[in-house]
Amino acid sequence: MGSQNKTVPFAGTKEQEAALLKVIAEHKDDKGALMPILQKAQGIYGYLPVEVQTIISNEMNVPLEKIYGIVTFYSQFSLSPKGKYNVSVCLGTACYVKGSGDIFNKLQDLLGVTDGGCTTDGKFSLESCRCIGACGLAPVLTVNEDVYGKLSVDDLEGILTKYE
Amino acid sequence: MYRSHVLVCGGTGCTSSGSAKIIESLQSEIKKNGLKEEVAVVQTGCHGLCALGPIVIIYPEATFYAMVKEEDIPEIVSEHLLKGRIVTRLLYKEMITEDGIKSLNETEFYKKQHRIALRNCGVINPENIDEYIGTNGYEALGKVLTEYTPDQVIQSILDSGLRGRGGGGFPTGLKWKLAKGNDADQKYVCCNADEGDPGAFMDRSVLEGDPHVVLEAMAIAGYAIGATQGYIYVRAEYPIAVERLKIAIGQAREYGLLGKNIFGSDFDFDVDIRLGAGAFVCGEETALMTSIEGNRGEPRPRPPFPAQKGLFQKPTILNNVETYANIPQIILNGPEWFASMGTEKSKGTKVFALGGKINNTGLVEIPMGTSLRTVIDEIGGGIPNGKKFKAAQTGGPSGGCIPAEHFDIPIDYDNLISIGSMMGSGGLIVMDEDNCMVDIAKFFLEFTVDESCGKCTPCRIGTKRLHEMLEKITNGQGTMEDLKKMEDLCYYIKDNALCGLGQTAPNPVLSTLRFFRDEYVAHVVDKKCPSGVCKALLSYVIDADKCKGCTLCSRVCPNSAITGKVKEAHIIDQSKCIKCGACMEKCKFGAISKK
Repeated sequence: MGSQNKTVPFAGTKEQEAALLKVIAEHKDDKGALMPILQKAQGIYGYLPVEVQTIISNEMNVPLEKIYGIVTFYSQFSLSPKGKYNVSVCLGTACYVKGSGDIFNKLQDLLGVTDGGCTTDGKFSLESCRCIGACGLAPVLTVNEDVYGKLSVDDLEGILTKYE
Repeated sequence: MYRSHVLVCGGTGCTSSGSAKIIESLQSEIKKNGLKEEVAVVQTGCHGLCALGPIVIIYPEATFYAMVKEEDIPEIVSEHLLKGRIVTRLLYKEMITEDGIKSLNETEFYKKQHRIALRNCGVINPENIDEYIGTNGYEALGKVLTEYTPDQVIQSILDSGLRGRGGGGFPTGLKWKLAKGNDADQKYVCCNADEGDPGAFMDRSVLEGDPHVVLEAMAIAGYAIGATQGYIYVRAEYPIAVERLKIAIGQAREYGLLGKNIFGSDFDFDVDIRLGAGAFVCGEETALMTSIEGNRGEPRPRPPFPAQKGLFQKPTILNNVETYANIPQIILNGPEWFASMGTEKSKGTKVFALGGKINNTGLVEIPMGTSLRTVIDEIGGGIPNGKKFKAAQTGGPSGGCIPAEHFDIPIDYDNLISIGSMMGSGGLIVMDEDNCMVDIAKFFLEFTVDESCGKCTPCRIGTKRLHEMLEKITNGQGTMEDLKKMEDLCYYIKDNALCGLGQTAPNPVLSTLRFFRDEYVAHVVDKKCPSGVCKALLSYVIDADKCKGCTLCSRVCPNSAITGKVKEAHIIDQSKCIKCGACMEKCKFGAISKK
């Protein structure tokens, strides 16, 4: 996960670290606190580089390898930053039988990146995702929070242009 | 009192097609027309007919407007709400008959449905606890706390015949009974809302449309087994559902329906939310609990079963969202009422998410025992574009493909297993003649390879090998011996994998081999893909009679595989063709086809 992508230098701010420490302090004593803390940490930094994992490891007194094990297990956690616009193509069954595989391939061509990759200018990242439950609109993709449904391959360039 | 209520669907499907803007626009138009005191706008959960979203329903007339756009709102407000004239052009077409307009419940999509789990979805405002209470909400909880012993609650659930709606079909009452029988200082009630089967979204719709029903049922379960804490494990990919659950929990606590001394009894119960992080295996019960504990979501061997040692090593029950959605109704209407619906061994109703090549994509709730034909042809409105039905896929990556010959089989747990599929959580994806069944099997195996947690070898390596064999076949390099090997490997994985994910992962291969063997043989022996999906087995050809020699195709071909002079028929050099399909897409005369 993420290993095929170039890593960018970590540029966390003091404010982000303060926010993270606050989250850890709030949840430290909850049962099974690690998952919610990692989710919130990703919310703060946008991804979970080793620097962030180390802070959590030290504060929680949990070995770094355990945290790394969890981060790499779940597909929602990312070791590398996402693009300004994250394009996510649903490859759930309902979308797949309606041609989302072709949509995903075309986007790989258009953006010049593979699954999980990010364009060199940091603008677009591309990922495949499992069903987002909008099967009535299949095939579906999302760009950050925006949902595009009932797509055909020809719609893609137009959608990307909106974010240029 | 309002004279009119405008219900706007706020489920994920309709929100994705812009229902939030419609609500805004409705409110401003209503204000502009001075109707603010007379007309209320309510955001509801899913109505089921996602294909026609965004959906707007106006009561008391129950007028159903489909595919409403923001631009349509001024007309709806000024015509319908102000002047009382229905905007016919926006009506759901099915409702229009020769003698006027028929009621929504008379339409093909709704008339064969029977809504228990989806009772409140699309009817109440899910963000308002009073509306839930107004439809008998929390009455069942009050009833069990004041009139029932825990054993009586369990007996009612046992008598109703309710089985787990998450897919396995284990009797819910029995699960509760086992957990009650184990003494411990702390027990847990968990709700599985990690709806991972691609194409299934009924749990999400219940959480979005009627979140309180899950809280009420979990409290009933807590009372029955002696637990004081509940956890809902919900997918992070469902932001609307998570938000509404948070609101619902806050309101229930405020009303004293969660917390200490509920309904003045000595029963305490509270619920917390835990978010999933995108791992399919976490839908498996032991993996889900491992994940809540804050670990990699890997399954544990059973025994010990969760009823003995579950979450944090304490007795735990885990039920699916849809299972919980049935509980309060069973308590209120009695187990006999519930058991009167369905087949001998599968009682009640089941929600299915219809998707794929079907006209009415959306959510339907039907009595167990309804035939596939009724679901697809009548409720689902058949297959679009006059295509021929090939298969219905149920049970997601754990299920199988049901061919046309079993179209009349009554849908229940046992019948689906007997034809090599399973109920699963209720995704029902329809495939037509353009879908290649070998490709579909490969698609599901790709999914399981990706989602296998890697803990046990049969699943980790076995699914990978299966996927490689399927890849070989779709590339035209398979042999008949591969088919045999593949089948053997399937049974080996089924018998030896640790958890449900691995044990059922071969089902898509086995069921397609059973019912669509001829397609496999076509790939292996004739090196053809009959549906024209598997790229390596296709060849693009130009029909010389239709080709005008415009040269467009030779210009778009990225590999210079097409040659020909202007105004003469062109030819594709098959050895150079990379089968990208660009030529076919661009040809203005329909002269290029794939075979």
